[in-house]
Amino acid sequence: MWQTCTIAQIVEQTPSIKSYFLRLSKPFTYMAGQHADVRLTAPDGYVAMRSYSIASAPSASNVIELAIERLPDGEVSPFFHDVAALGDEIELRGPIGGHFLWPERPTAPILLIGAGSGVVPLMAMLRHRRDLTQTVPTALLLSSRTERDVLFGDELLLLETADPNFELALAITRESPKRTTDFGRRIDSAMVTEVIGRLPRTPEHVFVCGSNPFVNIAADGALMAGLDASTIKTERYGG
Amino acid sequence: MVTRGFFGRNSGGNEADRIPPGQHVVDHWPVLTAGPTPRIDTAEWKFTLKIGPRPVKVWTWSEFNALPQTKVTRDIHCVTTWSKLDTNWEGVTVDDILADAGVERPSDFVLAHCFDGYSSNVPLADLTSGKAMVALKYEGQPLPRDHGGPARLLVPHLYFWKSAKWINGLQFTERDEPGFWELRGYHIYGDPWREQRYTND
Repeated sequence: MWQTCTIAQIVEQTPSIKSYFLRLSKPFTYMAGQHADVRLTAPDGYVAMRSYSIASAPSASNVIELAIERLPDGEVSPFFHDVAALGDEIELRGPIGGHFLWPERPTAPILLIGAGSGVVPLMAMLRHRRDLTQTVPTALLLSSRTERDVLFGDELLLLETADPNFELALAITRESPKRTTDFGRRIDSAMVTEVIGRLPRTPEHVFVCGSNPFVNIAADGALMAGLDASTIKTERYGG
Repeated sequence: MVTRGFFGRNSGGNEADRIPPGQHVVDHWPVLTAGPTPRIDTAEWKFTLKIGPRPVKVWTWSEFNALPQTKVTRDIHCVTTWSKLDTNWEGVTVDDILADAGVERPSDFVLAHCFDGYSSNVPLADLTSGKAMVALKYEGQPLPRDHGGPARLLVPHLYFWKSAKWINGLQFTERDEPGFWELRGYHIYGDPWREQRYTND
Protein backbone atom coordinates (compact mmCIF):
# COMPACT_ATOMS: atom_id res chain seq x y z
CA MET A 1 0.00 0.00 0.00
CA TRP A 2 2.77 2.45 0.90
CA GLN A 3 4.87 3.65 -1.99
CA THR A 4 7.88 5.85 -2.41
CA CYS A 5 7.40 9.02 -4.39
CA THR A 6 9.87 11.70 -5.42
CA ILE A 7 9.52 15.45 -5.00
CA ALA A 8 9.54 16.65 -8.62
CA GLN A 9 8.74 20.32 -8.05
CA ILE A 10 8.14 22.77 -5.19
CA VAL A 11 6.16 25.97 -5.78
CA GLU A 12 5.72 28.73 -3.23
CA GLN A 13 2.03 29.59 -3.53
CA THR A 14 1.43 32.03 -0.67
CA PRO A 15 3.59 33.26 2.26
CA SER A 16 2.57 30.14 4.23
CA ILE A 17 1.65 27.52 1.62
CA LYS A 18 3.84 25.59 -0.81
CA SER A 19 2.81 23.06 -3.42
CA TYR A 20 4.74 19.80 -3.60
CA PHE A 21 4.50 17.92 -6.89
CA LEU A 22 5.17 14.26 -6.12
CA ARG A 23 6.04 11.67 -8.77
CA LEU A 24 4.41 8.38 -7.83
CA SER A 25 6.36 5.17 -8.31
CA LYS A 26 3.03 3.30 -8.42
CA PRO A 27 0.54 5.66 -10.09
CA PHE A 28 -3.06 5.42 -8.86
CA THR A 29 -6.37 6.76 -10.07
CA TYR A 30 -8.22 9.04 -7.71
CA MET A 31 -11.30 11.21 -7.49
CA ALA A 32 -11.48 14.95 -6.97
CA GLY A 33 -11.74 15.57 -3.22
CA GLN A 34 -9.68 12.60 -2.04
CA HIS A 35 -6.53 12.79 0.06
CA ALA A 36 -3.27 10.94 0.57
CA ASP A 37 -1.38 9.94 3.70
CA VAL A 38 2.26 10.95 3.96
CA ARG A 39 4.68 9.11 6.26
CA LEU A 40 8.00 10.42 7.55
CA THR A 41 10.43 8.14 9.38
CA ALA A 42 13.20 9.32 11.73
CA PRO A 43 16.52 7.44 12.06
CA ASP A 44 15.34 5.99 15.41
CA GLY A 45 12.27 4.50 13.72
CA TYR A 46 9.82 7.13 14.95
CA VAL A 47 7.07 7.65 12.38
CA ALA A 48 4.92 10.74 11.78
CA MET A 49 1.94 10.49 9.48
CA ARG A 50 -0.47 13.14 8.17
CA SER A 51 -3.24 13.35 5.60
CA TYR A 52 -3.14 15.96 2.83
CA SER A 53 -5.83 16.65 0.27
CA ILE A 54 -4.81 16.23 -3.35
CA ALA A 55 -4.95 19.56 -5.23
CA SER A 56 -4.39 18.20 -8.73
CA ALA A 57 -7.26 16.98 -10.88
CA PRO A 58 -7.52 13.29 -11.66
CA SER A 59 -5.53 12.65 -14.82
CA ALA A 60 -3.27 10.14 -16.47
CA SER A 61 -0.23 11.89 -15.00
CA ASN A 62 1.93 10.10 -12.46
CA VAL A 63 2.50 13.38 -10.61
CA ILE A 64 0.12 14.60 -7.91
CA GLU A 65 0.09 17.99 -6.21
CA LEU A 66 -0.22 18.45 -2.46
CA ALA A 67 -0.43 22.00 -1.09
CA ILE A 68 0.92 22.12 2.45
CA GLU A 69 0.44 25.01 4.85
CA ARG A 70 3.19 25.65 7.36
CA LEU A 71 1.67 25.20 10.81
CA PRO A 72 3.83 27.00 13.40
CA ASP A 73 3.50 24.20 15.97
CA GLY A 74 3.48 21.45 13.37
CA GLU A 75 5.76 18.46 13.09
CA VAL A 76 5.33 17.42 9.47
CA SER A 77 4.51 20.71 7.71
CA PRO A 78 7.69 22.46 8.98
CA PHE A 79 9.69 19.50 7.65
CA PHE A 80 8.18 20.04 4.22
CA HIS A 81 8.71 23.81 4.30
CA ASP A 82 12.22 23.86 5.82
CA VAL A 83 13.89 20.57 4.89
CA ALA A 84 12.25 18.79 1.95
CA ALA A 85 14.03 19.39 -1.35
CA LEU A 86 13.73 18.39 -5.00
CA GLY A 87 14.59 14.75 -5.53
CA ASP A 88 13.80 13.73 -1.94
CA GLU A 89 11.89 10.50 -1.49
CA ILE A 90 8.70 10.54 0.57
CA GLU A 91 6.48 7.62 1.53
CA LEU A 92 2.83 8.01 0.56
CA ARG A 93 -0.35 5.98 0.36
CA GLY A 94 -3.62 6.77 -1.29
CA PRO A 95 -6.06 7.67 -2.53
CA ILE A 96 -8.19 7.85 0.63
CA GLY A 97 -11.73 9.03 1.33
CA GLY A 98 -15.09 8.00 -0.06
CA HIS A 99 -17.32 10.88 1.05
CA PHE A 100 -16.01 14.35 0.16
CA LEU A 101 -16.15 13.65 -3.58
CA TRP A 102 -17.17 15.66 -6.65
CA PRO A 103 -20.32 14.02 -8.05
CA GLU A 104 -19.87 11.95 -11.18
CA ARG A 105 -22.19 13.78 -13.61
CA PRO A 106 -23.43 16.84 -11.77
CA THR A 107 -26.35 18.83 -13.16
CA ALA A 108 -27.69 20.69 -10.11
CA PRO A 109 -25.62 23.69 -8.94
CA ILE A 110 -22.72 23.15 -6.57
CA LEU A 111 -21.54 25.41 -3.76
CA LEU A 112 -17.94 25.18 -2.54
CA ILE A 113 -16.85 26.97 0.64
CA GLY A 114 -13.27 26.96 1.88
CA ALA A 115 -10.86 28.81 4.12
CA GLY A 116 -7.11 29.09 3.60
CA SER A 117 -5.61 25.76 2.59
CA GLY A 118 -9.13 24.31 2.88
CA VAL A 119 -9.48 25.22 -0.79
CA VAL A 120 -7.17 22.34 -1.76
CA PRO A 121 -9.77 19.58 -2.27
CA LEU A 122 -12.15 22.17 -3.76
CA MET A 123 -9.44 23.14 -6.25
CA ALA A 124 -9.11 19.52 -7.33
CA MET A 125 -12.87 19.57 -7.96
CA LEU A 126 -12.74 22.83 -9.96
CA ARG A 127 -9.79 21.60 -12.02
CA HIS A 128 -11.59 18.31 -12.69
CA ARG A 129 -14.73 20.23 -13.71
CA ARG A 130 -12.64 22.40 -16.04
CA ASP A 131 -10.77 19.41 -17.55
CA LEU A 132 -14.09 17.72 -18.36
CA THR A 133 -15.57 21.05 -19.59
CA GLN A 134 -18.51 20.52 -17.26
CA THR A 135 -20.99 23.39 -17.27
CA VAL A 136 -22.71 22.70 -13.93
CA PRO A 137 -23.19 26.09 -12.24
CA THR A 138 -20.62 26.29 -9.45
CA ALA A 139 -19.76 28.93 -6.89
CA LEU A 140 -16.69 29.09 -4.64
CA LEU A 141 -16.69 31.19 -1.48
CA LEU A 142 -13.08 31.33 -0.29
CA SER A 143 -11.90 33.01 2.89
CA SER A 144 -8.29 34.17 3.24
CA ARG A 145 -6.49 36.67 5.46
CA THR A 146 -5.17 38.87 2.64
CA GLU A 147 -5.21 38.76 -1.15
CA ARG A 148 -1.65 37.36 -1.08
CA ASP A 149 -2.90 34.50 1.07
CA VAL A 150 -5.47 33.37 -1.52
CA LEU A 151 -4.23 29.93 -2.52
CA PHE A 152 -4.47 29.38 -6.31
CA GLY A 153 -5.77 32.98 -6.57
CA ASP A 154 -4.55 33.69 -10.11
CA GLU A 155 -5.89 30.40 -11.43
CA LEU A 156 -9.27 30.98 -9.78
CA LEU A 157 -9.56 34.50 -11.20
CA LEU A 158 -8.71 33.21 -14.68
CA LEU A 159 -11.23 30.44 -14.33
CA GLU A 160 -13.95 32.90 -13.37
CA THR A 161 -13.17 35.11 -16.36
CA ALA A 162 -13.18 32.17 -18.76
CA ASP A 163 -16.23 30.34 -17.42
CA PRO A 164 -19.66 32.03 -17.22
CA ASN A 165 -20.91 29.13 -15.07
CA PHE A 166 -18.33 29.67 -12.33
CA GLU A 167 -18.67 32.32 -9.63
CA LEU A 168 -15.78 33.23 -7.35
CA ALA A 169 -16.39 35.16 -4.14
CA LEU A 170 -13.44 35.95 -1.90
CA ALA A 171 -13.86 36.80 1.77
CA ILE A 172 -10.74 38.77 2.71
CA THR A 173 -10.60 39.13 6.48
CA ARG A 174 -7.64 41.45 7.09
CA GLU A 175 -7.76 43.96 4.25
CA SER A 176 -10.26 45.49 1.83
CA PRO A 177 -10.78 43.45 -1.32
CA LYS A 178 -10.26 45.11 -4.70
CA ARG A 179 -13.23 43.54 -6.45
CA THR A 180 -16.74 44.71 -5.58
CA THR A 181 -18.00 41.13 -5.79
CA ASP A 182 -15.72 40.08 -2.93
CA PHE A 183 -16.31 40.54 0.80
CA GLY A 184 -14.12 42.37 3.29
CA ARG A 185 -15.09 40.46 6.38
CA ARG A 186 -15.18 37.03 8.00
CA ILE A 187 -17.71 34.52 6.75
CA ASP A 188 -21.26 34.76 8.11
CA SER A 189 -24.72 33.44 7.21
CA ALA A 190 -25.65 36.51 5.18
CA MET A 191 -22.55 36.01 3.03
CA VAL A 192 -23.39 32.35 2.40
CA THR A 193 -26.95 33.31 1.45
CA GLU A 194 -25.69 36.01 -0.92
CA VAL A 195 -23.31 33.60 -2.69
CA ILE A 196 -26.06 30.99 -3.00
CA GLY A 197 -28.12 33.75 -4.67
CA ARG A 198 -25.48 34.10 -7.38
CA LEU A 199 -26.26 30.55 -8.55
CA PRO A 200 -29.17 30.13 -10.99
CA ARG A 201 -30.87 27.52 -8.78
CA THR A 202 -30.59 26.13 -5.27
CA PRO A 203 -27.41 24.05 -4.94
CA GLU A 204 -27.87 20.35 -4.28
CA HIS A 205 -24.26 19.68 -3.33
CA VAL A 206 -22.29 21.74 -0.83
CA PHE A 207 -18.65 21.05 0.06
CA VAL A 208 -17.11 22.92 2.99
CA CYS A 209 -13.46 22.62 4.04
CA GLY A 210 -11.53 24.50 6.72
CA SER A 211 -11.09 24.76 10.47
CA ASN A 212 -13.90 23.47 12.67
CA PRO A 213 -15.26 26.93 13.67
CA PHE A 214 -15.19 28.08 10.04
CA VAL A 215 -16.95 24.93 8.84
CA ASN A 216 -19.63 25.30 11.52
CA ILE A 217 -20.40 28.90 10.46
CA ALA A 218 -20.44 27.96 6.77
CA ALA A 219 -22.61 24.88 7.26
CA ASP A 220 -25.03 26.75 9.56
CA GLY A 221 -25.24 29.50 6.94
CA ALA A 222 -26.14 26.96 4.26
CA LEU A 223 -28.78 25.43 6.56
CA MET A 224 -30.24 28.87 7.34
CA ALA A 225 -30.42 29.55 3.60
CA GLY A 226 -32.75 26.57 3.43
CA LEU A 227 -30.41 23.89 2.13
CA ASP A 228 -30.91 20.34 3.34
CA ALA A 229 -28.35 19.00 5.84
CA SER A 230 -27.93 15.84 3.76
CA THR A 231 -26.54 17.90 0.85
CA ILE A 232 -23.74 19.42 2.95
CA LYS A 233 -20.42 17.57 3.16
CA THR A 234 -17.72 18.89 5.43
CA GLU A 235 -14.04 18.30 5.95
CA ARG A 236 -12.36 19.77 9.02
CA TYR A 237 -8.65 20.04 9.70
CA GLY A 238 -7.44 17.13 11.83
CA GLY A 239 -4.96 17.14 14.68
CA MET B 1 12.57 3.98 4.83
CA VAL B 2 14.28 6.76 6.80
CA THR B 3 13.25 10.20 5.51
CA ARG B 4 16.23 12.44 4.81
CA GLY B 5 16.42 15.24 7.36
CA PHE B 6 13.45 14.15 9.49
CA PHE B 7 14.03 13.60 13.19
CA GLY B 8 10.55 14.12 14.61
CA ARG B 9 9.63 15.34 18.00
CA ASN B 10 10.63 13.54 21.11
CA SER B 11 7.19 12.03 21.03
CA GLY B 12 5.64 10.10 23.82
CA GLY B 13 8.42 10.08 26.40
CA ASN B 14 7.32 8.00 29.39
CA GLU B 15 4.00 7.41 27.73
CA ALA B 16 5.42 5.93 24.52
CA ASP B 17 3.93 2.51 25.32
CA ARG B 18 0.46 4.06 25.40
CA ILE B 19 0.68 5.47 21.87
CA PRO B 20 -0.26 3.10 19.03
CA PRO B 21 1.92 3.00 15.89
CA GLY B 22 1.62 6.03 13.61
CA GLN B 23 -0.14 8.14 16.27
CA HIS B 24 0.98 11.37 17.95
CA VAL B 25 -0.25 12.92 21.18
CA VAL B 26 -2.27 16.14 21.13
CA ASP B 27 -3.36 18.36 24.03
CA HIS B 28 -6.26 19.99 22.18
CA TRP B 29 -9.21 18.03 20.84
CA PRO B 30 -9.62 18.14 17.06
CA VAL B 31 -13.13 17.93 15.61
CA LEU B 32 -13.77 15.80 12.53
CA THR B 33 -17.31 15.49 11.23
CA ALA B 34 -18.58 14.58 7.77
CA GLY B 35 -21.54 17.00 7.75
CA PRO B 36 -23.10 19.94 9.59
CA THR B 37 -22.97 19.80 13.40
CA PRO B 38 -26.51 18.86 14.50
CA ARG B 39 -28.44 20.76 17.19
CA ILE B 40 -30.26 18.28 19.41
CA ASP B 41 -32.68 19.42 22.10
CA THR B 42 -32.62 17.03 25.07
CA ALA B 43 -36.41 17.50 25.30
CA GLU B 44 -36.63 15.78 21.90
CA TRP B 45 -33.79 13.31 22.53
CA LYS B 46 -34.63 9.63 22.39
CA PHE B 47 -32.46 6.52 22.50
CA THR B 48 -33.78 3.35 20.87
CA LEU B 49 -32.51 -0.20 21.30
CA LYS B 50 -33.44 -2.44 18.37
CA ILE B 51 -33.10 -6.10 17.54
CA GLY B 52 -33.00 -6.09 13.75
CA PRO B 53 -35.88 -3.82 12.65
CA ARG B 54 -37.77 -4.27 15.95
CA PRO B 55 -37.50 -1.59 18.68
CA VAL B 56 -37.27 -3.27 22.09
CA LYS B 57 -36.91 -0.20 24.32
CA VAL B 58 -36.92 3.59 23.97
CA TRP B 59 -35.51 5.96 26.62
CA THR B 60 -36.13 9.68 26.95
CA TRP B 61 -33.31 11.97 28.10
CA SER B 62 -34.48 11.89 31.74
CA GLU B 63 -35.03 8.12 31.68
CA PHE B 64 -31.57 7.60 30.21
CA ASN B 65 -29.98 9.87 32.82
CA ALA B 66 -31.69 7.84 35.54
CA LEU B 67 -29.71 4.73 34.50
CA PRO B 68 -26.51 3.97 36.48
CA GLN B 69 -23.78 6.49 35.60
CA THR B 70 -20.21 5.21 35.31
CA LYS B 71 -16.97 7.22 35.18
CA VAL B 72 -13.95 6.12 33.15
CA THR B 73 -10.54 7.56 32.24
CA ARG B 74 -9.29 6.42 28.84
CA ASP B 75 -6.84 7.20 26.03
CA ILE B 76 -8.50 7.88 22.67
CA HIS B 77 -7.03 7.40 19.20
CA CYS B 78 -8.29 9.03 15.99
CA VAL B 79 -7.56 7.42 12.61
CA THR B 80 -6.26 10.82 11.42
CA THR B 81 -3.28 10.02 13.74
CA TRP B 82 -3.94 12.10 16.85
CA SER B 83 -4.20 10.46 20.26
CA LYS B 84 -5.38 12.11 23.46
CA LEU B 85 -4.40 10.60 26.80
CA ASP B 86 -6.30 10.40 30.09
CA THR B 87 -9.66 11.70 28.91
CA ASN B 88 -12.40 11.58 31.57
CA TRP B 89 -15.89 10.44 30.67
CA GLU B 90 -19.18 9.73 32.38
CA GLY B 91 -22.17 7.91 30.99
CA VAL B 92 -24.15 4.69 30.83
CA THR B 93 -22.27 1.50 30.02
CA VAL B 94 -23.68 -0.65 27.25
CA ASP B 95 -23.94 -3.43 29.87
CA ASP B 96 -26.31 -1.24 31.89
CA ILE B 97 -28.34 -0.29 28.80
CA LEU B 98 -28.82 -3.95 27.85
CA ALA B 99 -29.62 -4.91 31.46
CA ASP B 100 -32.27 -2.18 31.70
CA ALA B 101 -33.87 -3.49 28.50
CA GLY B 102 -33.61 -7.11 29.64
CA VAL B 103 -31.65 -7.97 26.51
CA GLU B 104 -28.68 -10.35 26.62
CA ARG B 105 -27.15 -11.46 23.37
CA PRO B 106 -29.61 -11.56 20.46
CA SER B 107 -26.70 -11.45 17.99
CA ASP B 108 -22.94 -10.80 17.98
CA PHE B 109 -23.02 -7.55 16.01
CA VAL B 110 -24.25 -4.04 16.69
CA LEU B 111 -24.73 -0.89 14.61
CA ALA B 112 -24.70 2.46 16.39
CA HIS B 113 -27.12 4.96 14.81
CA CYS B 114 -27.03 8.73 15.09
CA PHE B 115 -29.32 11.76 14.73
CA ASP B 116 -27.43 12.95 11.62
CA GLY B 117 -27.73 9.63 9.78
CA TYR B 118 -24.21 8.51 10.69
CA SER B 119 -23.66 4.92 11.73
CA SER B 120 -20.81 2.68 12.80
CA ASN B 121 -20.57 -1.04 13.45
CA VAL B 122 -18.98 -2.63 16.52
CA PRO B 123 -19.02 -6.31 17.54
CA LEU B 124 -21.04 -6.85 20.74
CA ALA B 125 -17.96 -8.27 22.47
CA ASP B 126 -16.30 -4.84 22.09
CA LEU B 127 -19.24 -3.04 23.69
CA THR B 128 -19.86 -5.18 26.77
CA SER B 129 -17.84 -6.09 29.91
CA GLY B 130 -17.37 -2.38 30.63
CA LYS B 131 -15.57 -1.71 27.35
CA ALA B 132 -18.01 0.90 26.03
CA MET B 133 -20.58 3.44 27.14
CA VAL B 134 -22.97 6.05 25.86
CA ALA B 135 -21.14 9.09 27.23
CA LEU B 136 -23.09 12.11 28.48
CA LYS B 137 -20.27 14.05 30.15
CA TYR B 138 -16.68 14.92 29.35
CA GLU B 139 -14.33 16.22 32.06
CA GLY B 140 -17.32 16.61 34.37
CA GLN B 141 -19.29 18.82 31.98
CA PRO B 142 -22.13 18.05 29.57
CA LEU B 143 -20.59 16.72 26.36
CA PRO B 144 -20.05 19.68 23.96
CA ARG B 145 -22.14 19.68 20.77
CA ASP B 146 -19.03 19.67 18.56
CA HIS B 147 -17.90 16.45 20.22
CA GLY B 148 -21.23 14.65 19.91
CA GLY B 149 -23.32 16.20 22.69
CA PRO B 150 -25.72 15.52 24.18
CA ALA B 151 -24.59 11.88 23.88
CA ARG B 152 -22.02 9.86 21.96
CA LEU B 153 -20.82 6.29 21.94
CA LEU B 154 -17.42 5.77 23.59
CA VAL B 155 -15.45 2.70 22.46
CA PRO B 156 -11.98 3.94 23.35
CA HIS B 157 -10.04 0.80 22.38
CA LEU B 158 -11.03 1.21 18.72
CA TYR B 159 -10.27 4.16 16.38
CA PHE B 160 -12.47 7.03 17.41
CA TRP B 161 -14.77 7.10 14.34
CA LYS B 162 -16.37 4.06 16.02
CA SER B 163 -17.32 6.28 18.97
CA ALA B 164 -20.29 7.66 17.06
CA LYS B 165 -21.32 11.25 17.87
CA TRP B 166 -24.96 12.31 18.42
CA ILE B 167 -25.97 8.70 19.02
CA ASN B 168 -29.68 7.86 19.12
CA GLY B 169 -29.68 4.10 19.19
CA LEU B 170 -28.04 0.71 19.08
CA GLN B 171 -29.26 -2.01 16.75
CA PHE B 172 -28.41 -5.69 16.90
CA THR B 173 -27.73 -7.06 13.42
CA GLU B 174 -27.44 -10.67 12.28
CA ARG B 175 -24.20 -10.01 10.42
CA ASP B 176 -21.43 -7.42 10.81
CA GLU B 177 -22.99 -4.59 8.77
CA PRO B 178 -20.54 -1.85 7.76
CA GLY B 179 -21.46 1.67 8.89
CA PHE B 180 -20.84 5.10 7.33
CA TRP B 181 -17.03 5.17 7.16
CA GLU B 182 -16.73 1.39 6.93
CA LEU B 183 -18.60 1.72 3.60
CA ARG B 184 -16.28 4.54 2.53
CA GLY B 185 -12.86 2.98 2.70
CA TYR B 186 -12.24 2.59 6.42
CA HIS B 187 -11.56 -0.67 8.27
CA ILE B 188 -14.44 -2.85 9.37
CA TYR B 189 -12.99 -3.25 12.92
CA GLY B 190 -10.48 -0.43 13.49
CA ASP B 191 -7.96 -1.63 16.10
CA PRO B 192 -5.36 1.17 16.56
CA TRP B 193 -2.75 -1.24 17.93
CA ARG B 194 -2.91 -3.24 14.68
CA GLU B 195 -3.18 0.00 12.65
CA GLN B 196 -6.43 -1.08 11.01
CA ARG B 197 -7.10 2.30 9.38
CA TYR B 198 -8.34 1.45 5.90
CA THR B 199 -10.31 -1.39 4.35
CA ASN B 200 -7.47 -3.81 3.63
CA ASP B 201 -5.12 -2.97 6.53
